[in-house]
Amino acid sequence: MTFIEVEALTKTYGLGDNAQTVLRGIDLEIQEGEFVAILGPSGSGKSTLMNILGCLDGYTSGRYRFGDKDVTGLSETELSLFRNKQIGFIFQQFNLLPRLSAYSNVELPLIYQRSSKADRQVRTKQMLTRVGLGDKIDAFPNQLSGGQQQRVAIARALVTNPSLLLADEPTGALDQANGRQIMELFHDLHAEGKTIIMITHDIDIAREATRIVHVRDGKIEKEERVR
Amino acid sequence: MIRENIRMAWLTVISHKMRSFLTILGIVIGTASIIALMTIISGVTDSINEEVATFGADRMTVQIEDASKSGVSVAELERLEAIDGVRSVSPTTTQQTDVYVTAQTSTQSVVGKSDTYFDDSTVATGRGLTPVDLEQQTHVALLGDTLAKEAFPTTSPLGETIVVGGIRYTVVGTLAPSSEFSMSTDEAIVIPVTTALQQFHQNTIASFDIYTEAGQSETVNEAVTQQLTTAFNGRDTFTVTSFEDALASIDQINALLSMLLVGIASISLLVGGIGIMNMMLVSVTERTSEIGLRKALGATPGKIRQQFLFESVLLSLLGGFIGVVVGGLLAFGLTLVMGVPFTLASSTIGLALGFSILIGVVFGYIPARKASNLQPIEALRNA
Repeated sequence: MTFIEVEALTKTYGLGDNAQTVLRGIDLEIQEGEFVAILGPSGSGKSTLMNILGCLDGYTSGRYRFGDKDVTGLSETELSLFRNKQIGFIFQQFNLLPRLSAYSNVELPLIYQRSSKADRQVRTKQMLTRVGLGDKIDAFPNQLSGGQQQRVAIARALVTNPSLLLADEPTGALDQANGRQIMELFHDLHAEGKTIIMITHDIDIAREATRIVHVRDGKIEKEERVR
Repeated sequence: MIRENIRMAWLTVISHKMRSFLTILGIVIGTASIIALMTIISGVTDSINEEVATFGADRMTVQIEDASKSGVSVAELERLEAIDGVRSVSPTTTQQTDVYVTAQTSTQSVVGKSDTYFDDSTVATGRGLTPVDLEQQTHVALLGDTLAKEAFPTTSPLGETIVVGGIRYTVVGTLAPSSEFSMSTDEAIVIPVTTALQQFHQNTIASFDIYTEAGQSETVNEAVTQQLTTAFNGRDTFTVTSFEDALASIDQINALLSMLLVGIASISLLVGGIGIMNMMLVSVTERTSEIGLRKALGATPGKIRQQFLFESVLLSLLGGFIGVVVGGLLAFGLTLVMGVPFTLASSTIGLALGFSILIGVVFGYIPARKASNLQPIEALRNA
């Protein structure tokens, strides 16, 4: 079943002479349960594409359907709620809030969802255990290794049970061993049926996915099925 | 959500203790000065009211300042005493003369009073003057508080003999310390007014108090003024000062002080509020990536606005709270020194804290709106 459908998507920053077109007509379909890598060098527009897919940024023209919903024209508030429910974000720099414990970081999206405290407690602990940090729930980010921090971030992305996991260079700031662990976690999630989109410039990382979408100069250069 | 907001705001505030403290300093000073000044003003007002209550709001003082006629006669006083609503008339004569007390001669004020002047609040020891003293022009005297203590530091002056202007008087009592709202008699010697008129060869009285029935002071004031105007052939050469007049002028001073206070407080709170706004704007800029992340995770613009408003309100409320404590302590110390009663009204505290919250909301709104308007993508880019 087609889960994400992008048609003739363009994105231009600026106006007039300063206008800079970053995306020049992207057509992309992603099926439910797919693990897709979007691969491209820096400046290719892949980050812009990810921001648009993550509903963090608008687009200049084209169409974007997510599930059975057209996200065009949603208000900021609607988009926030939509992201909260549907999309889990994983960033290269983890983006944990330094003053909050691992537990509170993971709990955050549930607070915005207005879950009850008891419900938040169960789900947060469950998710931290799921990523192998059941014994670190009270640790603060600066007390955790990079790999552990990224796992906290993954727990945070998963805690609302979103339909899409969107990862931006998830292993970019990690050493080989830690990066490996994170990729294993992605494989497990994929096996469980999560839809994952991963942005990367690293072909080796991209090969972990089931499909690679090559982006260059704001266009899809080619698509390649890996497995 | 609200609990989480409070928790987040608290975490932010305590993670920058010095900065938060400096930010709220303006509010602290503003609130402390309001609390201190309001408490002191209300303490002074209370003590004045208390004084008036014990000393009588039903009293008015008449002063004659006529060139041709140095005062009113005793007969005229009797006519004034007959006015409806007048309880009694208490004349006062004052004379500087040599007085011989305990083997020392010095110049003292000799004050003539009538029996109506004396009650439990004016007599400290012994007795006051009686109608008999007045009628028979007896040679008895009461000593002022200070004078009595200086002349008779260890013994009681009662029954002692003093010499006033060459005539021997027997001390029958001492006076209580003077109120701040009447001529001081602390250094004076009080003798029957009739005796004084006779001894100093006078027949008129230039100053007297009129005690009125409760609530009659206004009508009595009019009647007295009319009668005295007639007595002085239409010349307006006397002043009638009632305690109500004094109270009114005190009220006026109070109102003026309060207005001044509001002015000072508004300025300092305005400055404090601007300090908070400035700090919050810095905070928004610093936390751009945090805001972006929160938005990515599902915080709506409203939630972000709420979070920052909570933070500014927490800051200003904290400032208000510290200000109440500091101002309260300050007021306590000052009222102690000034000797006026200390009461920190809960309405004053409520007002101060309410104002603090208002400042947090008003001056936190612009930074909070700025935060809520940040685009998640712009915000995350700064990570």
